[in-house]
Formats: sequence, structure tokens, C-alpha cells
Amino acid sequence: MSADLVLQTEIVGKRNEHLYFALRNRKVVIGSSIVLALLLLGVVGPFFLSSTPNEYVGPKSAAPSGDYWFGTTYFGQDVFAQFVHGLRSSYLVGALGGAIAFVIGLSVGFTAGYRGGLVDEFLNMITNVVLVLPALAVLIVISSYLEVRGVVSQAVIIGLFSWPWVAKAVRSQTFTLRNRDYVDLARLTGKRAPQIIVREVMPNMASYLLMAIILLFGGAILFAAMLDFIGLGPTNAVSLGTMMQQSMAWSALHLGLWWWFVPPGLAITAIVGSLYITNVGLDEVFNPKLREM
Amino acid sequence: MLELEHVWKSYRIGALGSKRLTAVRDVSFQIAPGEVLSVVGESGSGKTTIGKMVLQLASVTRGTIRLDGADVTARGHRERKAYYRRVQGVFQDPFSSYNPIFKADRVLETVRESYFPRTGRGEWNEKVENSLQAVRLDPGSVLGKYPHQLSGGQLQRMLIARALLLDIEVLVADEIISMLDASTRIDVLNLLGELKERGLGVLFITHDLSLANYISERVVIMRHGAVVETGATGTVFGDPRHPYSRNLLASVPQLHRKWSDDPATPQELEPDGDRSVDPPPLTRVGEQHWVAAHP
Ligand SMILES: Nc1ncnc2c1ncn2[C@@H]1O[C@H](COP(=O)(O)OP(=O)(O)O)[C@@H](O)[C@H]1O
Ligand SMILES: [Mg+2]
Repeated sequence: MSADLVLQTEIVGKRNEHLYFALRNRKVVIGSSIVLALLLLGVVGPFFLSSTPNEYVGPKSAAPSGDYWFGTTYFGQDVFAQFVHGLRSSYLVGALGGAIAFVIGLSVGFTAGYRGGLVDEFLNMITNVVLVLPALAVLIVISSYLEVRGVVSQAVIIGLFSWPWVAKAVRSQTFTLRNRDYVDLARLTGKRAPQIIVREVMPNMASYLLMAIILLFGGAILFAAMLDFIGLGPTNAVSLGTMMQQSMAWSALHLGLWWWFVPPGLAITAIVGSLYITNVGLDEVFNPKLREM
Repeated sequence: MLELEHVWKSYRIGALGSKRLTAVRDVSFQIAPGEVLSVVGESGSGKTTIGKMVLQLASVTRGTIRLDGADVTARGHRERKAYYRRVQGVFQDPFSSYNPIFKADRVLETVRESYFPRTGRGEWNEKVENSLQAVRLDPGSVLGKYPHQLSGGQLQRMLIARALLLDIEVLVADEIISMLDASTRIDVLNLLGELKERGLGVLFITHDLSLANYISERVVIMRHGAVVETGATGTVFGDPRHPYSRNLLASVPQLHRKWSDDPATPQELEPDGDRSVDPPPLTRVGEQHWVAAHP
């Protein structure tokens, strides 16, 4: 690192410094580019394609061609149309499930860490209960109980079960931060607890929270794909997981219809893997000791 | 006039608040306008807890704290906010008092946000400049800087300036110079002296007897959460009656004495006992001088 770079970052301040290093970190750039590219495809793609990707539109079991980029299924459905819609569902599940888990985890963690005492012990108990619940088993029971399953209900269920580790991490960080004198000083300025949490405590864990969002997002996508794959996916929509499940159900592997299951499988791997790589990169950005100089 | 009357504090500790630790036991004192009262004692004797109770950052377990005769403990947010217009605090660690990711002058800006939302920008800047000058800080060299770009002395002064923005009557100063280097200590200390001249009451918390002696009219010496000796500073330090006070005084290193001369042997003291019972009562041993019963 050259001397003038140090000087430059000194002036622009910490936040810009982080952005500066984030944009120069290969892991962050590559990881987030892949995630964003697939997101773009999932958001924009469906506008140019059929809105009913399950329709039987083409020849059966056709290999990829100019007409059907990813070929067709055993029944003659357009795999590319399904793929693009599936991307959209997967991102939706990730965003919604991750957001729900994030909000619950943050609220529980901040309340427990800031209030302490009995409130903390009570919330800690709830967190531990949800943490040790065999989430998969509960999800299977709930999912099979719901007759019509949609992407949203799946996301809600996933969100309700994946917050505990966030709550625990936020709680312990809040616990140390709330004992800083500047928190007392904010109280001496007549600030209320929620304001103090948002304005004094939260900014100090911003990097941490960003990474938690990314992990929750990826975790929700993976969890949803797993549920889909064991046949508990949305009944009224296509997702990457249901594509895999359908292809396996109709022996695509034996019939050599690789174009049916490879794109969704690769996409899930790419999204989750890229999120993970982004996170490792961000860790380097926020934690200068890990930075490659 | 700030008065503490038989104030107790016990913290809940352990799982589900099962145990209690009594940090302050039956402490009473007053601070008049224009007076510095020192609270002295070893670490863990409950000094900070007293300051926190006065600042309502910790609840009072028993007893009352009054400001100009009105009970100030356990009230709603609005009353508390109004109370902070009149009573403010500065803490020990200047670097912990500032949020490291924001500029240092944010502590002044939040005061405007809470208490002077309708004051115009120009008028406010003038007010800030005046209060910075009152603590002898050059506005140009401290405004717009991050905490790590300022010295501990500058940061502590800025916190005093922050308090001055509010026309306070009482300032709680909890070991505010113990982390500063010697050259800036005396300046900040003298600053407290000036505030006193302006009619402020100061609760000066310290473990350093010489500082207490230098700045305050009256002193409270604490041990294990209770007062062991109190009175006019000159009287107490000139003729300490409690063995703990004597040990404290004997332990102050003196400029003209060397360690090799005569290592003073401290007197044996009572160990810490049951803190939930009333502490030994204070008896008057002279004009402006009270001491706790001791064997
Ligand atoms: N928030 C707290 N919870 C539990 N115990 C506390 C808390 N704050 C202080 N104490 C205890 O109260 C006693 C007095 O502490 P303190 O008032 O900080 O003493 P001093 O400022 O004289 O060093 C100590 O034994 C300390 O461990
Ligand atoms: Mg202390």
C-alpha cells in the first residue's frame, strides 16, 4: 500500500475507505457480480418470456437449440422460461425469508442486549428453544400441513426459523457496546432507547449486519431449494428447487435430459457460492488484518 | 442544591437476578451551588455508582435524591430529559465517551437536536463557540475532527463544553482527569474551579486524595459502599480519624520523601462484612468533621 493511498483514505473517512477496498477486492467484485447478474436475469427475464412456464409449448425432451435455449422437459415445457421464473422465486424466497429472519433476529438481539436482566434471560431462553428445535422436521410438518404452498408462505416459514444465530450475535455485540460511555452520554442528552440503539449502537456493527444479511439470504435460498427438492416446494409456482425435483421425479438423469437439471443446480450453487465468496471478501475489507496487500 | 438522603444501591447479579451486590450503603450528602464536593475511595467503593444514580443512569434502590427540594428519582422520560438540562456528567475515559465512527462535535450537535431544535444555525454556532471558548478550546482546531484526532484533554473539555450548552447547575465529574497526562490534568482541574466560581455545584469523584484536596471544600471518604469519614477538606485531611483515611493519606507519595526512607506500614482494617446491614453510624468529632464508628 503506497503512502499517498493511506493519506487519501485518511481524508475520505472510514465508510468511503470500506467502499474503496470493497471495489478493489476480487472476491467481493466477482461474487457480487454473479449474484447481481442472475438477479437481473430473474427480474427482467420473465417480462420477455411466457408468464406460464409450465405450459407445454414445444417438442418433448428437446435438446437446447435456438428456439429453446435450455431445451425442453420430458413434457415439452420450455426449460429456460422455467429457469428464469425459478430464479425469480429463489431470489424472492431469499430476500423475504432473509429479511424476516433479520428483523426478528435484530429486534430480539437488540432488546436482549440493551435491556439485559430478566428480559434478556427470557429472550435468550426463547432463542435457545428455536435454535435447538429440529427446524427441518418442523418445516416438513408445517409445509406438508399447508395445502396450497406459495413462495411467500415458504419464505415466512423459513424466516421464522433462521433468526436465532443473528439474535445471539447481535445480543452479545450490543452487550459490550451498551456499556460504552457514549451510550450513557446519549441518555444524558435525553435520547430514548430505540434511538440510542439505531444511532449509537447499530452504526458500530454495520459491517457485521451487512454480512449477516448476506448469510441469511443465501441460507434461505439453500433451505428453500432443499424443501423444494424433497417435494415441499411451492405448488403454484416454479422455483429452481422444484425444477430439480421434477427432473428427478421423471428420471431426467436416466433419460439423459441433462439440460433439465443442470441449469437450476448450477444456479443454486452459483448463487450460494458467490454469496459466500462475497462474504469472505467483505470480511477482508472490514478486517484490515486479512486484507491482501 | 443537590441532596442525597440515605441512598442505597444494590445490583442484581447472577442468573435471574438471584443474588444482590450492595454497592452503595446509606450515603447522604449535599452539594450547594458554587461548591465542589469530592468523593474519594478505593476502586470498587461505589463512587461511580453514586455518580450514576445522581445522573439517573442507575436506579436508586432505597433513599432519595433531591434537586432544590424536589425528588428526582424514578420519573418518566420527559422529566428525566428536563432534569438533564440542569444536571450533567463527564466520565473517566474520554475515548469511550465518543462514538469512534462519528466526528467528535456530534456530542454538541445532539444537544441541539434534543434541547434546541428551534435555534437557528447561526445562533447555535455562536453558542457552541462561546462554550468552547469557556473551556479554552479553539473552535477551529477541534470542530470537524474525529475523536482519534484529538487529545484526551481536548475531548474531556469538549464534554464540559457540551454540558455548558445546557446551563447546568450540577456537574458530575467521575475521575475525569485520571486518564489524562500530567500536563493537561491541572488545566482541566482549574477549569472545574472556574465553573465553581460561576455557581456550579460539582460532584468530583476521584481516587486521588491530592486532587480532592486541591479542588474541593468538602470531602466524602468511602469504603465498601459506605461513608467512613466526611467533612471540610482541610479538617479531614489535617486530622484523619478513621484508620482507612489515615492509610489513604499515608499512601500518597510525597515529593520530598523516598520509598527507602520509611516505608509506612498501613494499619489493619476491618474486612468487608455483610453489606446489607446498616453501616457503622457517623459521629461528629469536630466542627465540620464526622467519622464512622470503628474498632
Ligand atoms: N452494573 C453493575 N452490575 C453489577 N455490579 C456492579 C455494576 N456496576 C458496579 N458494580 C459493582 O459495584 C461496586 C462498586 O462499583 P463502582 O461504583 O464502579 O466503584 P468505584 O467507582 O468506586 O470503583 C463494585 O463492586 C462493582 O463490581
Ligand atoms: Mg469508578
